[in-house]
Amino acid sequence: MQIIKDKQIIDDNWSYVSDDEELRAGNISVSLARWKKDKQQLLHHDGKLGVRLEPSDSIDEIAEDLKEIELIELNFPAFTDGRAFSHAWLLRSRHHYTGEIRATGHYMLDQLFYLSRVGINAFKFEKSEELPVALSTLDDFTVSYQKSIN
Amino acid sequence: MYQYNEDDQTLIEERVAQFRRQTERFLKGEISDDQFRALRLMNGVYIQTHAPMLRIAGPYGLLASRQFRKLAHIARKYDKGYCHFTTRQNIQFNWPQLEKIPDILEELASVQMHAIQTSGNCLRNTTSDHLAGVCKDEIEDPRPYCEIIRQWTTLHPEFAYLPRKFKIAVSGALLDRAATQFHDIGLHLVKNDAGETGFQVLVGGGLGRTPIIGQIIRPYLEKKHLLSYLEAIVRIYNLYGRRDNKYKARIKILVKETGLEEFTRLVENEWQLIKDNLELSPDRINAIKAQFTPPAYDSTSAEDTSFAQRQLENQAFATWVKHNTVDHRVPGYRIVFLSLKAQDSPPGDMTDTQLDAVADLADQYSYGQIRSTHRQNLVFADVKQADLFSLWQKLETLKLATPNIGTVTDMICCPGLDFCSLANAGSIGIAKEINEALDNMDYIHDIGDVKINMSGCMNGCAHQSVGHIGILGVDKKGAEWYQLTLGGSSENEAAIGERLGPAVAKDQVTKAVTTILDVYIKQRLDDESFLDTVKRVGITPFREEVYADN
Repeated sequence: MQIIKDKQIIDDNWSYVSDDEELRAGNISVSLARWKKDKQQLLHHDGKLGVRLEPSDSIDEIAEDLKEIELIELNFPAFTDGRAFSHAWLLRSRHHYTGEIRATGHYMLDQLFYLSRVGINAFKFEKSEELPVALSTLDDFTVSYQKSIN
Repeated sequence: MYQYNEDDQTLIEERVAQFRRQTERFLKGEISDDQFRALRLMNGVYIQTHAPMLRIAGPYGLLASRQFRKLAHIARKYDKGYCHFTTRQNIQFNWPQLEKIPDILEELASVQMHAIQTSGNCLRNTTSDHLAGVCKDEIEDPRPYCEIIRQWTTLHPEFAYLPRKFKIAVSGALLDRAATQFHDIGLHLVKNDAGETGFQVLVGGGLGRTPIIGQIIRPYLEKKHLLSYLEAIVRIYNLYGRRDNKYKARIKILVKETGLEEFTRLVENEWQLIKDNLELSPDRINAIKAQFTPPAYDSTSAEDTSFAQRQLENQAFATWVKHNTVDHRVPGYRIVFLSLKAQDSPPGDMTDTQLDAVADLADQYSYGQIRSTHRQNLVFADVKQADLFSLWQKLETLKLATPNIGTVTDMICCPGLDFCSLANAGSIGIAKEINEALDNMDYIHDIGDVKINMSGCMNGCAHQSVGHIGILGVDKKGAEWYQLTLGGSSENEAAIGERLGPAVAKDQVTKAVTTILDVYIKQRLDDESFLDTVKRVGITPFREEVYADN
C-alpha cells in the first residue's frame, strides 16, 4: 500500500492492530482505547508506535504521551466531519507535536490542501490510483490569508 | 472601497482554476455527487428546481459600478437577463449551466468578485450596515473590520467543514440595521468607559426553523483581539457543535444546550491560549481603514436651494424624497434607496438593462459605488441634494423609484417554490398579489413602517420570523399553506414574531394581510407604528378578525 507523506508517494510501513488482535512486531498503530489500556506494554514494544484518533476522541488524552508516539492517525468517518482539522492544528501549534499526522478514512482528495495547512503531513487513500491527483492539489494555491503549519 | 492587491487577485484566480478542475473531474464521473455537492456549495453553486443557481458574494453589500456592469453582462450572456439580490447582500443567478460556471467565475474574478463560501457548512459572507460610513448614528465605520474578517474567513483551512453554516454580521451604529442579534456571531462597535472603541460580541443568534436571539458573550473586546476571539468561538463550535442532526447543528443549539456560562468559559479558555499569537496590529487596521476613507465631499453642497424648491413644485418627487432618501452625515448630501420592489417585478430582482443603467448613475451621482441592503434594495450613499431631482427622474424611468422603502410593499421575499428545491410553497406570486391589493400609495404611506417578510419554507431565507408580519409557506398534504406571525423585529429591540393562528390557504393570504392592516388602523393611537400597536394590544384583536369567518 502506498501513501503520500511529506509530498512524496511512498510505501506504507505501518500496520494496523485492531483492539482484539495481539500486538505484533514492527511499526503498529492502535486505537486510543488500546493505548490507554496497554500503555505500559506498548512502551516496551519493539518498533514504532502510532495512535488512531476518532473525531470524538480528545487529544488531551495523549498530550502527555506525545514523545512516545511517532504516528497519529486522524480518521474521517465522513469527509464532512471537520473536527480532525482542529485536532491536527492543536497537535501541531499547541502541543508542538512533530511526528507524522496521517489522514485516514472517508475524506476526499480535494481536502488535501486544507488538511496539509493544518499540519497533516501524510495521507492514506482507499484508491491508490488517486494519489497523483491528490498530490497535485497541494499546489492549488500559492497565497493565503491565514497562518499555516506547513 | 477595498481594492484587491496582487495576492487577493491571485487567490481568487487560483480558486477559479481549482473549481474548473473539480467541475471537469465531476463531469467525467471522478467525483461523487455527495463530494461535489460540498465543493460546489463552497463556490456558491446550488442545484435548483430548474437549473443550477449561482450565488455571488457582495462583500458586506458594497459593490462598484464596474462590478454591476459585469453582473449585467453575466445576466445577458449566461442567464435569462436578470439577477436577484438576497437578504445577505449577495447576488444570485437562477439559470446558469453547470459547465459554464467556471467561466462565469473567471469573468467575476476579472472585477475582483467571487462566489467563495456563499454557501456550504463554512464561514459565509460577512454582512453589515448598508448605511456604514454615511449614517449619522455611527460610532465607527464597520467595513474595515468586515474586510479583515472577509480575508480571515476566506479559505480558512481549519473551518471549512463546520457542523453547519456560520454567519457573521458587524454593525457600527446605534441602530442595528444588520440584524446582528440573529447571526451566529454578531459584532457591535461600542465605546468602553475610557472612550475607546471595541466590539461587543454576541453569539448564538439565528433564524431558520429555530429562531433565537443572540446573547452577549463578551461586552467589550479590544479591536486587536478580533480575529483571535472569532477563532476561539469557531474552534469551540467546530469541536463541540452537533453533527448528528443537521437541524440541531447551528451554534445557537450548542450555546443553548451547553448554557451560555459554560460556553463562554470554553471560549474564554481557548482564547487565552491563542490571543497573543493572532493580534491585529494598528498598522494592519489602519492600512485597511485607509481603503474606506470618505470621498472628497463638496463643501458647498448645502448651499443649493433647488432641492427645496423642487419638492414644493413636485409632489411625487417630494414623496420619493420622504420615503426613499435619508439624512447623510454631511450637510448637502442624502442617502438614496433604489427600490427593487416595483409592483410588477419579483422582490429583489434586477434586469441587465437596470444593472447597466444603475452602474452609469452610480458613476454620475454617487462616486461609482452601490450598496445592497438586507431588505433587498440598493443604496447610493453619497448623492448631492442638488442632483436628487434628476436622479429621481432617471430612476423613475428605470422603475427603481417606487416610493415604498420601509413600507408594507417593501417585502423581503425568497425565491420560493418557483425556483428553490427546498421550498414548500410559492412566495413571489403571493408578494405580487399583496402588492396588487395594496396599490394605493396614500394608503401605504398612511400605514407607514410595516415589514413583511415571506419565506417559502422553514429554512427562512426571507427572515419571516423577524418580520413585523411574517409569512411562512408550509406544505399541507401537497397543498401550499401559509403560517402568519406578528410582532417580529431584527432591529435593536429584537423579537421573534408570535403565531397568529392556524395556517391559511393560499387564496386567503392577501385577505389575511389586508385584514391585519385594517385592524392596525382601527387600533392605533395617533401616529403609533404597526409594531408598537401590536406590542400594546397584543395578538388577539388581529387573530379575531383574521379568523372571524371560521
